[in-house]
Amino acid sequence: MANIKLTIDNKVVEVPQGTTILKAARQMGIEIPTLCNFELEGLALKNHPGGCRVCMVEVAGRRNLAPACVTECMPDMVVKTNSLRAINARRTVLELMLSDHPNDCLQCAKSGKCELQTLAARMGIREIPYKGEQSSYKIQVSPSIVRDMSKCIMCRRCESVCYEYQSVGAIGAVDRGFPAVVSTAFDRNLLDTSCVFCGQCVAVCPVGALTENDHTGRLIKDLNNPDKVTVVQVAPAVRVALGEEFGMEPGSIVTGKLAAALKALGFDYVFDTDWGADATIMEEGHELLDRLTKYLAGDKNVKIPLMTSCCPAWVNFYEKHYPHLSGYPSSAKSPQQMFGALAKTYFADKINTKREDMICVSVMPCIAKKYEVERDEFKTNGNPDVDYSISTRELARLIKLCNIDFDALEPVDFDSPLGESTGAAVIFGATGGVMEAAVRTAYAVLTDGKLPKIDFQEIRGLEGIREATVHVKDGLDLRLAIVYGLANARKMLEMIDKGECPYHAIEVMACPGGCIDGAGQPYHHGDASIVRARWEATYKADRDMPIRMSHENPSIQTTYKEFLGAPLSEKAHHLLHTHYFDKKTKIESVK
Amino acid sequence: MDKIRNLAELRKLKSNMVDKLQLRENSDSSEAIIQIKVGMATSGIASGAKETMSHLIEELDRRKIKALVLQVGDMGYSHAEPTIEVTIPGKDPVVFGKVDTAKADEIIEKYIVNGELVEGILPANYRSI
Amino acid sequence: MHILVCGGTGCSASGSREVIAQLNKELEAHNLTDFARVVVTGCFGFCERGPIVKIIPDNTFYTKVKPEDAKEIVEEHIIKGRKVQRLLYVAPDTNKSVSDSKHMEFYKKQVRIALRNCGFIDPENIDESIARDGYAALGKCLFEMTPQQVIEEIKKSGLRGRGGGGFPTGLKWEIASKSRVGEKKYVVCNADEGDPGAFMDRSLLEGDPHSILEAMAICGYCIGSDHGLIYIRAEYPLAIHRLQVAIKQAEEVGLLGQDILGSGFNFTIELRYGAGAFVCGEETALIHSMEGHRGEPTFKPPFPAQSGYLKQPTNVNNVETFANIPVIINKGADWFASIGSEKSKGTKVFALAGKINNVGLIEVPMGITLREIIYEIGGGIKGGKKFKAVQTGGPSGGCLTEKHLDTPVDYDTLIAAGSMMGSGGMIVMDEDDCMVSIAKFYLGFTVEESCGKCTPCRVGNKRLLEILTKITEGKGTMQDLDDLRNLATVIKDTALCGLGQTSPNPVLSTMSNFWDEYVEHVTEKKCRAGQCKALKQYIIDPALCKGCTACARACPVSAISGTVKNPHVIDQSKCIKCGTCYEKCKFGAISIK
Repeated sequence: MANIKLTIDNKVVEVPQGTTILKAARQMGIEIPTLCNFELEGLALKNHPGGCRVCMVEVAGRRNLAPACVTECMPDMVVKTNSLRAINARRTVLELMLSDHPNDCLQCAKSGKCELQTLAARMGIREIPYKGEQSSYKIQVSPSIVRDMSKCIMCRRCESVCYEYQSVGAIGAVDRGFPAVVSTAFDRNLLDTSCVFCGQCVAVCPVGALTENDHTGRLIKDLNNPDKVTVVQVAPAVRVALGEEFGMEPGSIVTGKLAAALKALGFDYVFDTDWGADATIMEEGHELLDRLTKYLAGDKNVKIPLMTSCCPAWVNFYEKHYPHLSGYPSSAKSPQQMFGALAKTYFADKINTKREDMICVSVMPCIAKKYEVERDEFKTNGNPDVDYSISTRELARLIKLCNIDFDALEPVDFDSPLGESTGAAVIFGATGGVMEAAVRTAYAVLTDGKLPKIDFQEIRGLEGIREATVHVKDGLDLRLAIVYGLANARKMLEMIDKGECPYHAIEVMACPGGCIDGAGQPYHHGDASIVRARWEATYKADRDMPIRMSHENPSIQTTYKEFLGAPLSEKAHHLLHTHYFDKKTKIESVK
Repeated sequence: MDKIRNLAELRKLKSNMVDKLQLRENSDSSEAIIQIKVGMATSGIASGAKETMSHLIEELDRRKIKALVLQVGDMGYSHAEPTIEVTIPGKDPVVFGKVDTAKADEIIEKYIVNGELVEGILPANYRSI
Repeated sequence: MHILVCGGTGCSASGSREVIAQLNKELEAHNLTDFARVVVTGCFGFCERGPIVKIIPDNTFYTKVKPEDAKEIVEEHIIKGRKVQRLLYVAPDTNKSVSDSKHMEFYKKQVRIALRNCGFIDPENIDESIARDGYAALGKCLFEMTPQQVIEEIKKSGLRGRGGGGFPTGLKWEIASKSRVGEKKYVVCNADEGDPGAFMDRSLLEGDPHSILEAMAICGYCIGSDHGLIYIRAEYPLAIHRLQVAIKQAEEVGLLGQDILGSGFNFTIELRYGAGAFVCGEETALIHSMEGHRGEPTFKPPFPAQSGYLKQPTNVNNVETFANIPVIINKGADWFASIGSEKSKGTKVFALAGKINNVGLIEVPMGITLREIIYEIGGGIKGGKKFKAVQTGGPSGGCLTEKHLDTPVDYDTLIAAGSMMGSGGMIVMDEDDCMVSIAKFYLGFTVEESCGKCTPCRVGNKRLLEILTKITEGKGTMQDLDDLRNLATVIKDTALCGLGQTSPNPVLSTMSNFWDEYVEHVTEKKCRAGQCKALKQYIIDPALCKGCTACARACPVSAISGTVKNPHVIDQSKCIKCGTCYEKCKFGAISIK
């Protein structure tokens, strides 16, 4: 497309046709404030309603001001972003927004990370001239998400990700005029809606209206309880993101410091969810091999494609939206739950501790994990395999609270035996990682280990839907699909439903780019380069690992030898596999 | 209802239908067209003014003569009921007495169409306003 | 003979259905069914005096007809030709009864193009529509004109959108016709009329549905669409019924559907119901609502012509705009362009309401002055009161004053005067109307109808309303007036859609035309119209006060002071305007100001 020239703040700029004023200005280093406008470029998340009106600029010849975020540049346009009229309008709009916003920044969960707060500071708001009625809503708590809609500024980012990116549509604008707010149908608790707890609404909320259900207070109490043995597991994606909370460059790999920080916090055993991920590959990889063998032998009843089941939001999605297809996902539990199940049996036996006396905590890039730990099927006599899960952000807050200088920590290793892992487990954190880890093992098994291949570049990438064919041997090409975003997952399920799915296996992750941009990660505020840096760091961490295939993890091998027997054994089935429920019917019956 | 298959049929239907609304169309341009007032007080009706009026309307319709047939009150010619007053634009009103259906035909044919005088004209004793 | 009875919503509400039944009964009783026929028509426009009954051929115009009048109408008028004097319209200026509609001031200055068939034909009878050239324009377009020729004709006519925007209709069609040629396109009729007190579109749809259907088909032919949708509010059951009947009839005779008149052109129409949100009159919001989404506007571009209903090119026109199309085709663009003012051609339908004698639906040529509308057609101000202002353009418009009375009514002059044409609401106010309260009323409406998407409209209008409320309660300050003006200006400058951008107009126009009244409310705590209850002042006339102390003793807040046999005084800052003192005073010394 042709380029066009225009003038912004007295400077001429040339941009491709279709560029918005906002982007053209940014290109020149002019930073026009925005709030509702949001785009994680290249990662499918976006929201451009043009609704908040804090980006208004003056365009010569136009009757009224123009929203920079959605107004396209036109040839010879003359734009003023800093005229008195534009500044006064932006300020007034912000003052209006603040006039219907609780002034409780000091106690707000989002304080310091709040885009509204930042904007108010930038615009030098010292008083709010417009006083009047304030919207007031009851705070609603669900296992993963806390909704405090009194703080909602109607930017609609949450609605866009829920409706468009995830195709879930649990929340949307209700009512009109001043009382308009984003809510669930009939203001039901998210538990009783189609919500899958992916938490992307929390990840994109510019203010404190949507936040994670915080468990840091509970954790401090447990850490200080001498009667409890505390065990912590850390998910792969946490190590490539936590550093950001302490001012490090995005993509910093902080595995050693992370382990050191957890020890400094007082955990008795600092383990790694990567160990659970390797166990997952053992089970899920063998399930794939099993199904595939039967399928290739002509078995019509076997469910192909096998779909991954590590992502708890994705599990919620098919339980709540496609329960009739829940035979396709693997029955293997997620790494978090495999870890929990083995920690409270195999490991508890080893250290002679009763499960009731053990507190198993997970640190996750995810807040759907908070819902997952509460599932009844993951409890024994009411005692959960994982007691609770905290997010990367919560861990960062805890480290700061406990006066730990993260930067100064000397890296240490995870404890043994549940802390040993492989590169295959590390890449679980990125989209395609689970598939690649499974393929590494499956490939080795199918080729009898004769043709080792570790890097499957064809599976990697950051596109929302990817296809790959892995040539294993003559007559066997594995046809794979990797998707993130549940709207993409829906497309896969629709294909399966119609009997038109060409794949042998499909990996699904709910969040953009996989767990690296999970809803529990440090806020990226729409900066996609942060997510890309985490992604690159994930594969670097894999390359740096001495062992890169799950079945070669010595600790896992020992566990099978000592405790589980073989993959898919009866004991493994009992502890490491699960089953799914029809939650669609349940939700539809909520009155 | 029958299908209208082409433009010609639509136009034909229109010209058929338009007469049905002639009554209403004409009421808006009464000065420019022939006006016929029919004395329709009790005495007029008793002597057949209703039939006369209906007949006038039908006959004018049939002949596609644009005319406005109005019913009015007693014209005062009790001796010559039914009475009608015909006003052709540009001419003075003419009152006819004892107008039955046959007489009505004659008035249309001779006075309205051909402009000839017809027997039975009553001397006007007032002007209608 | 034809007895035309208005079956529009207004007259139905005042009982025309019973009148129709009773008239039929009387005709049967007198064996007159072959002689006289009751025809249920659309709106005559003179809703103030409904139910309206018009006797054809003599054009007798009866107002406020009750079922019990049917007997007299049949026996006196139909049989004996004697007009029922007491049912005739009495002209307010001469106090004389007017026997037929042609001689009524109300109709004299009107030019009925859009309303040409309203009150004239039976809207549920396609034959009557055909008799009045219904579908003739469609036939002409299909067989004698290319789509581009039709568009040129519409462009030449100068017709502009009657929904309020005033965008040239021909140009709109042209853009839609050139957009994504060959793809599925839609024609949408915007019948989501929502201005308070406005009922132009409803009356058109009730009185002449076929004209709208025909015009939509012509539009479809021009832009290359084979499907039309009418977005109509569910609160218009009669209009919906008439449209349903009309669509069915048109399909039966082949004037809608496949291969219309053997031309090979296909066009179908379906109805879509809105829940009555004002903002859905905005075309992008309307489209979202039709798609099953929240009725919220989105930023333009893309315009509906590029990406509208189901992301396909869509042409949206208002009911009244469509109503003009067949006439333009039949009578020619030149004829149409000869009516109206230089930049605004043709006529405009207004719903005339407020403190005016002849409340109703009128259609006037563009360029007529407000004075002619108010004093000649409207019959002047009710009760001989003094004219104060006229509000045009509904909640998006502004209040015009005495000095604007000779302004010709067209799109551009009204905007220049600080108001707008809007969809055709016209509300007249007299000296008893408080202009701050009027602004508050309109703002209350927009606050209620805002979709809540953009901040200026969602929060800003609410704050405006709160400030206005404060002023009418006597708690306003001069700072509030400053804030009011700044906020109103910013909302106009920053709101997302037409609703928000125009919502401060009533505030800004009353502020500029009635600034004194605002200041009085704030500084003197006085409402000259006496509408703001909180600003009422109870005052003791010292000359009449005997010092009996009755008022002081009765005052619940001890606001009255004074000694025996000396005049008392009310402390206005303490007074709660309960009126007790006023009732207690035996000497008439207390007055309300």
